[in-house]
Amino acid sequence: MTSRLPPQPGEWIDRRRPIRFRFEGRNYEGFAGDTISTALWASGRRVLGRSFKYHRPRGIFGLADIDSNVMMECAEGTNIRADVTPLREGLDLRAVNTLGGLDQDLLRFMDQFGAVTPVGFYYKAFHTPKELFPLYEKRIRGIAGLGAVNTRKRHRQTPKDYAFCDVLVVGAGPAGLEAVVAAADQGARVLLVDENPRLGGTLCFVSTSDEERRGILSSLLARVERHPNIEARTSTTAAGLYADHWVALVDNRRMTKLRAKAIVVATGCYEQPAVFRNNDLPGIMLGSAAQRLVGLYAARPFERGVVLTANPDGYQVALDLHRAGVRLLALADLREKGERSQLFKDVIDAGIPVHFGHTVIDVAPSWGKRSVRGVRIGAVDEQGNAAGDSFRRLFECDGIAVSVGWAPADGLLRQGRTRMEYSPECEQFVPSKLPPGLFAAGRVNGIYDLDSQREDGRHAGEEAARCIGKRGVGKEGAASGPRPERSGPPRSHPFPVTRDPRGKNFVDLDEDLQLKDLENAIREGFDNVELLKRYSTFGMGPSQGKHSNALALRILARARGETMAGKQVTTARPFTTPVPLSHLAGRIFTPVRRTPIHGRHEALGAKFMYAGNWLRPDYYRQPRRERAETVASEAKNVRDGVGLIDLGTLGKLEISGVDAVEFIERVYTGRFAKLKVGMSRYAVMCDETGVIIDDGVVARLAEDRFYVSTTTSGAEGVYRELQRWAIQWGLDVVLVNATNAYGAMNLAGPLSRQVIGPLTDVETGHEPFPYLGVREGNVAGVPARILRVGFVGELGYELHVPAEGALHVWDRLMEAGADSGIRAFGVEAQRLLRLEKAHIIVGQDTDGLTLPFEAGMAWAVKMQKTFFVGQRSLAVMQKKALMRCLVGFVLPPGYRGLVPKECHLIIDRGAIAGRVTSVSFSPTLGHVIGLAYVRPEQSQPGSRIFIRGDDSVMVEATVAETPFVDPENARQEPSEVLQEAS
Amino acid sequence: MKQLRCPVNGVRPVQEFVFGGEYRPMPDPAGANDDEWADYVFHRSGEPGIQREWWYHSSSGVWFIAERDTAKDEFIRTYLFEEME
Repeated sequence: MTSRLPPQPGEWIDRRRPIRFRFEGRNYEGFAGDTISTALWASGRRVLGRSFKYHRPRGIFGLADIDSNVMMECAEGTNIRADVTPLREGLDLRAVNTLGGLDQDLLRFMDQFGAVTPVGFYYKAFHTPKELFPLYEKRIRGIAGLGAVNTRKRHRQTPKDYAFCDVLVVGAGPAGLEAVVAAADQGARVLLVDENPRLGGTLCFVSTSDEERRGILSSLLARVERHPNIEARTSTTAAGLYADHWVALVDNRRMTKLRAKAIVVATGCYEQPAVFRNNDLPGIMLGSAAQRLVGLYAARPFERGVVLTANPDGYQVALDLHRAGVRLLALADLREKGERSQLFKDVIDAGIPVHFGHTVIDVAPSWGKRSVRGVRIGAVDEQGNAAGDSFRRLFECDGIAVSVGWAPADGLLRQGRTRMEYSPECEQFVPSKLPPGLFAAGRVNGIYDLDSQREDGRHAGEEAARCIGKRGVGKEGAASGPRPERSGPPRSHPFPVTRDPRGKNFVDLDEDLQLKDLENAIREGFDNVELLKRYSTFGMGPSQGKHSNALALRILARARGETMAGKQVTTARPFTTPVPLSHLAGRIFTPVRRTPIHGRHEALGAKFMYAGNWLRPDYYRQPRRERAETVASEAKNVRDGVGLIDLGTLGKLEISGVDAVEFIERVYTGRFAKLKVGMSRYAVMCDETGVIIDDGVVARLAEDRFYVSTTTSGAEGVYRELQRWAIQWGLDVVLVNATNAYGAMNLAGPLSRQVIGPLTDVETGHEPFPYLGVREGNVAGVPARILRVGFVGELGYELHVPAEGALHVWDRLMEAGADSGIRAFGVEAQRLLRLEKAHIIVGQDTDGLTLPFEAGMAWAVKMQKTFFVGQRSLAVMQKKALMRCLVGFVLPPGYRGLVPKECHLIIDRGAIAGRVTSVSFSPTLGHVIGLAYVRPEQSQPGSRIFIRGDDSVMVEATVAETPFVDPENARQEPSEVLQEAS
Repeated sequence: MKQLRCPVNGVRPVQEFVFGGEYRPMPDPAGANDDEWADYVFHRSGEPGIQREWWYHSSSGVWFIAERDTAKDEFIRTYLFEEME
């Protein structure tokens, strides 16, 4: 039987556009403009979902996304909020959380279990025996939860959008529409957002037959539409308010990150349920939901019903339903004194019997609790107990419209740190202190009367515009009178609760929480709102307490014998409404940095690795060779011939100025005052606690000009910290971060001199260009800084050239070296080569607590200097005994067992004594070598240490002298004689 | 997302900035005893209130001082180090 009404004034459905869809395997038809729920309801369908815990049949309740009675899934997605999701052609939907379909849900027996599943049941029942918990968990998870995720759903990109405005107005009801016009009239650029598909708020569905109200709506809409300063977005939810008026706007397709200068919140209220037995049956709905059904979707909420109310709004509901042809058998008003306004007279004139001081005390369900069969009304006392001797009557009907109170939709306000206080006059929370730039208007502000709402909106809009300096030229404000006061009798009943020993009087429909669940939890000691929430889980369902938070607080206050004055609800956090994860997911915008030579690495078959954001060749792939073998061959080629590595990722700083040398003395641990022009020196940097944070090479280009390299990953941070020191010390020094301006590469190996010699105008012989020398000249026609450094322990030339010339120099070197068997080598080969020399890598062989003494770097720390960063802390630490030492270790030649890995632990008499920081097979030596932290007493060469490897295999190793290779450094500093002899 | 006023570049979103910790003047390393020095290096009171902080606008490389109310997480004013009283 269809429940569609004849055309209603201002209805949102388009009767010329029927839409066909399927639900639970059956065909249905609705109209464009319907939501999924309203189309089903208009088709006569009443059971639209099953509840979370007891699997009770549920229908339309709030119709404003304040409950999760009706959640559906289809191929496109799950947990679709059918109440507010527009109907589309061809949808094939089913209810979530059923076993075997909505109508024959096999889990419906859960409803009979209510008595044995009290609040906290799962906490109490399933914790012992511990061994069984995995089984419990599996079973419970199978039953609990809502929709199932379709993991095969097509991937959809959801890019973010960004927007800016002067004033954001949230909510397009009477207050919001007036606010937006008032702010725009002052010259502000205003954005208006509303979660509904059309603007108008309550004007769209309350008292729609009233000509005057319809006139107000159309004139407001016309002003909004015509105003050049206003942009309106419908079907858009302001879901989160963050610092400095940063707002997350969510629509069907994406999230828009909006920055507003001021915000007017005119979000209205959520209507609140009353608590009585079986108050969740399909057919029992909030008054505003019934009005929406009639006014927007021309659907009959029920055939015959009663209205339960405690405010004038319920009388208006009765009139709206009566005009739409719904037969109302009674109106029960919880208030002893009832209503004395014109609305009361209109209801009486409509022939609807009114019972003051009465409420619903019981609802008789039909078979399977699929609908309402009858409603019993009567009187209750202060505590909600049915008064024994009162008038009672059973009305045979199929629905109830409940209108007993409101809770402000204050999620955004509270996220924005608005102080909300309970107003005993309004019996609801109202804003008591708003932070700068945030304004509230209309019902969320406790203002209900239509004229007052509009005036409140005008004031808020104007104040918002003015607080950001907008003041219409020659324009008087639109707000004519003083700011309206909160007045009139309260619109909310302080305790709309009917007790029933049989229970099933629900407070939270999402979580199937009954009155007794909350009262039991309070009795068990969870009598603070935060504890009560977490123990009972009220407000923790998908609608996040929109219909239950205020009620739960009222019940808590009543149970503690307190009033609501001074009570606070739980913290409000974004989002105000659930946002699909797809809206939050996004592409990752991590930049990738490539050196100027990147293309050559690709051509050479490089296997890349990340070093920070940089891509660096780990090694160069060779056919039919494993990684280790390839790395070893690259390293061997450097030791025996010549290799070339791209060092473009190194941090490169230029430090100049009168105080440059003083500055360098202060930030590095070594001595640089006497460093000769044309020479370089290894440099270690500590932080103020004395921990090693970076290392590199300081090269003196002139008396007052230095070129400094840092580690790849340290470049940004070192440059930043050096800037800060320079500012604090007020030294005359100029810092330039030249990391990207220069390409760099290291030509290394005994044959490197013969490769570079013919390409450069710099004399490369040992005498004119000694070890640690730095020269400026040309290489292959490109201006270059050349440093003779020995990181890999071979004769080598580190070339720094302008980035745009780096590729050219690389190519010329590779050509010139072809006869010498030159090969590019990657990061891993370099790590191996430097390990053979026991040169540490900051960050690999040091950690966040490593002092220079521990890493064997005391030689690089000049404690006698006047000052350097970290010196004073090191002076303290020097007095204490060393805790650990970095040492070299070796495994015996021919060792065939498990090779330890980096970070494997050194175990001494069952306790952790240190860890391995670097380890590798040395092709030069023919056995495994490594670096490890050990206890100082284990640090003597020859000491035996035990490393716990994979699968707890203990590996015995021997502490060894370092460097492992070429301890005399003859290879990196060869004299001419040696060179000729080789 | 918060906004912060760089004294050179104006109001910018906070992602463009790097927090540099509380501003603490360094005691004379030679004059301070070990405890005083440890106090300078390690100890932070964390007491809510107005504190001077280092902030760095990383896009332009500007260090500056921000006065922030840590109880309210509100910036009060920002200025260059040289302008600090």
